[in-house]
Amino acid sequence: MSRGDSATPLGRVRGLGSAHHGGEHWLTERVTSIALLFLGSWLIASLLLLPKLDQRTLIEWLHAPSGAIPMALLIVVGFRHALDGLKVVIDDYVHEPGNNFVLNLLMLFLAVGGGAIALFALARIAFGSVA
Amino acid sequence: MVVSILHRATGVALSFAGLAILTWWLFALSSGPDVYATFTKAAASPLGRVVLIGITWSFFQHLLSGIRHLVMDTGAAFELGVNKTFAILTIVGSLLLTAALWFYILGGAK
Repeated sequence: MSRGDSATPLGRVRGLGSAHHGGEHWLTERVTSIALLFLGSWLIASLLLLPKLDQRTLIEWLHAPSGAIPMALLIVVGFRHALDGLKVVIDDYVHEPGNNFVLNLLMLFLAVGGGAIALFALARIAFGSVA
Repeated sequence: MVVSILHRATGVALSFAGLAILTWWLFALSSGPDVYATFTKAAASPLGRVVLIGITWSFFQHLLSGIRHLVMDTGAAFELGVNKTFAILTIVGSLLLTAALWFYILGGAK
């Protein structure tokens, strides 16, 4: 995915920023934030508009493409945005390189693992039979 | 200053508690009536309510202060008065939205 060259003129000349690719990370965090503005509002509006919030109604909602597709996007973009945001917090407060690496790696595993569980659960609903 | 810290704190809360609850909810939903009953029981408990209301407020606060940050990324709204008003509005807005949503959920609307 390319959103153009995000480096500053000086950064382009020197070939790196402090994080070597900080511009990309900065932009991705903002692009995902705008996506989540819509996806988060969609989730709350959907739950408010459903006639009931029992298991059967919710499964029918996520079984239909109109529910399953935005929910899949919310999961993927949500976990990605969380990972990007947590990296900023970790990099701000944890300066020792070893600890910084381990914490960022742990967050990566948590985000990918959590996202996989959420997507699996959604797939089971979307492709399963409606109870 | 306060709103900037709140943006971080609510972001961290949403990352861990918010996404964990979303994942737990989806997994319970896909796992049959018994598992889902455990989730709804926890969600309806006093502690569950506090956590869910907290997550809702975190979402609205992070959303509104996030919009504020996007505006400031363009170089706008750095004037002291405008900046402070905008910051206060994110807190007022998030509290109003959270109150309205939960009044609707718990109140007479359903």
